[in-house]
Amino acid sequence: MRYFIFHSFYLTRLLIALSGIFPAWGLQAQADIEKQLQTRMILAEDGDVIELPQGFVTLSNTLWLDGKNNIVVRGAGEGKTILSFKNQKQGAEGLKVTNAKNITLQDFTIEDSKGDLIKTQTVNGLVFKNITARWTGKPKASNGSYALYPVQCFNVRIERCTAIGASDAGIYVGQSDSVWVTDCYARNNVAGIEIENTTNAWVWKNKSEDNTGGILVFDLPDLMKKRGGHVQVYDNEVKANNYRNFAPKGNIVGKVPPGTGVMILATNDVDVHHNQILNNKTASTAIVSYFIAETPIKDTLYNPYPTNIRIHDNTYSKGKRMPTWKNKLGFIFWWKFGRKVPHILYDGIQNPDHLDASGQLRSEYRICIKNNQNGSFANIRADKIGLFKGDISKDIRPYDCSK
Amino acid sequence: MRLILPFAGLICAAILLLSMRQPIAAPKMQLSEYGFFEGKMADLKPAKGVFPYEVNAPLFTDYAEKSRFIYLPEGKKMLYKSAGAFELPAGAVIIKNFYYAQDYTASEAERLRTCRILETRLLLRDEKGWKALEYVWNADQTDATLEVAGASTPLSWVDAHGKKQQIEYAMPNLNQCKGCHSYDGQFVPIGVSARQLNQAEKSDNQLLTWATNGWLELPSDFNPATSPCMKDYRRLEENADKNATALAARAYLDGNCAHCHNPHGPASTSGLFLEYDQADPEKFGVNKPPVAAGRGSGNRRYSIVHGKPNESILLYRMEENDPGIRMPELGRQMAHQEGVELIRQWIKQM
Repeated sequence: MRYFIFHSFYLTRLLIALSGIFPAWGLQAQADIEKQLQTRMILAEDGDVIELPQGFVTLSNTLWLDGKNNIVVRGAGEGKTILSFKNQKQGAEGLKVTNAKNITLQDFTIEDSKGDLIKTQTVNGLVFKNITARWTGKPKASNGSYALYPVQCFNVRIERCTAIGASDAGIYVGQSDSVWVTDCYARNNVAGIEIENTTNAWVWKNKSEDNTGGILVFDLPDLMKKRGGHVQVYDNEVKANNYRNFAPKGNIVGKVPPGTGVMILATNDVDVHHNQILNNKTASTAIVSYFIAETPIKDTLYNPYPTNIRIHDNTYSKGKRMPTWKNKLGFIFWWKFGRKVPHILYDGIQNPDHLDASGQLRSEYRICIKNNQNGSFANIRADKIGLFKGDISKDIRPYDCSK
Repeated sequence: MRLILPFAGLICAAILLLSMRQPIAAPKMQLSEYGFFEGKMADLKPAKGVFPYEVNAPLFTDYAEKSRFIYLPEGKKMLYKSAGAFELPAGAVIIKNFYYAQDYTASEAERLRTCRILETRLLLRDEKGWKALEYVWNADQTDATLEVAGASTPLSWVDAHGKKQQIEYAMPNLNQCKGCHSYDGQFVPIGVSARQLNQAEKSDNQLLTWATNGWLELPSDFNPATSPCMKDYRRLEENADKNATALAARAYLDGNCAHCHNPHGPASTSGLFLEYDQADPEKFGVNKPPVAAGRGSGNRRYSIVHGKPNESILLYRMEENDPGIRMPELGRQMAHQEGVELIRQWIKQM
């Protein structure tokens, strides 16, 4: 076992105390800690535990771990080890892990990076555990995009983590496979938890509240990993996700209406069940195609339709709250339903190739909705909708897949 | 004596083997230990086995000047490839020095006299692959020291317009080197490639010189004019037509962005691919919405909007200096005015 010499509690405390008395010296000490940490990450050997020092550590550059196997990066605990990138000068991310195997990141707080807080790319075997990743202060568009951001990773476990203030998604899993997100907490992000172009994801027992959207399951065009799907979303608390959308324009989450609980966009095989989806004022659960984004699709391999979706055994409530009208989708809901927006909304845009002779989606593509408490429903038939015309159907019977 | 002679041969062979097993790839603490330069180190006069090279479309790094060299072990040569980096023999080293003059309005002699070398980056080839090493020059300009975690230093100079520039000059750590030098997660060189090195329009094409000198194995039917070659974007005429501007712009994007923005690079996640030979306009950004740009989108909808540079994310990220927005992420803190202008022209003329 190799211990990192400078992680001593007292030494860090002393440095922090001294930095108050001798500011320049403190800065120098912080720069030394940064350099030592980065050196440690570069020289780490298979099986090493890299200890992050206790205390408030200010960093000016991305900490980067590349090409390593079986490494644990461990702090003294959330709120005890705080990596602050408030004065970041270089590199967009806070902590970055790339081209690695079996990496565990745990027990620290990381905050205020210019870009993403923790980005991991092409890592096989990855654990995020007991990490608070946040932007301090009022949520704003100048916050970074993602708090926890595994992309192109395999075998990812995100557990007991907290994500706050991301201008895109708090916990964002992109183009990955075999993913657990559990026991996490997401607040004041545009999207609390987002699973994008990712296969085999289990999202359970999380709490996502006071975001613009609680839990999003998206498939987008133009990506290397073409298709996500096989996603389970269950036993989550998805509450009061009514926060204003502060995403910079151009980003897909910028189109998510404030007041969205769970949104499934163009993904295949998604099972949403046994969730508490409460007090989300616009769309408790939305099942939509990519056409909602109103962006032309040029990716010929892309499937813009949500298919094989199951929404069951969820509990819904929200009282009589107005949906947002600061967003096109929200405005349509408001116009069509007023205060009484149904909980489960389907855009009704279907691929003609997915239909059987009677005009219904074939069984492998069906949208199945049943046994939800308070689960009112509408197919808004967005391909036909207009402000003064419209063909909304509240008939839920076609979505009972036991028939 | 008769007894010793056969052994002497063996001993010599053993010594030779041992010395060969001490590849140049073993990191040295000081740059001088490699012996790449003879005479006064700061003159960067190449020693035997070391020769300079030029690239067609260089990466902009805060207006640093660069001098580039390749070291080849005795009797070894590089192998030409039309796509990607050339194959270099084990023991080869690619050497890149970064320096600034104090005042770019001064005479050439004065600029040379006040020149300050900040860093030397090495790419070393061994049997297993490539690795990077970073050497930071001392104030006396007598030598440079290995720094695995990188370094930074305050730097100021007077630019060609007579304006004083001041930055905290950043030198990369070893992982940052790989941040750009990466192909499917493997460390690779970037500049030592046909499209960067083929000087098709020059009479003294460096590729042909190297072939003559025995440093490069060229295909027997090699023809510079029909082989990959990027336009030198710095030599774009003032009244260049649309096509010439487009070629220069695409060369610029290749040299400055495509090391990450290609399907095998670190920015493969973005779906934006800026290689010189990328033929699909959507892939090089035309009407392409961002994927994970976040605030990097600058409230613009597409990477490139035909004829509208001020609505194109690509240009926004080139102009911005905020570390969370600017592109490239690494290697620059200032915007490259000339590069920005070139891309602006190109988009405008689309």
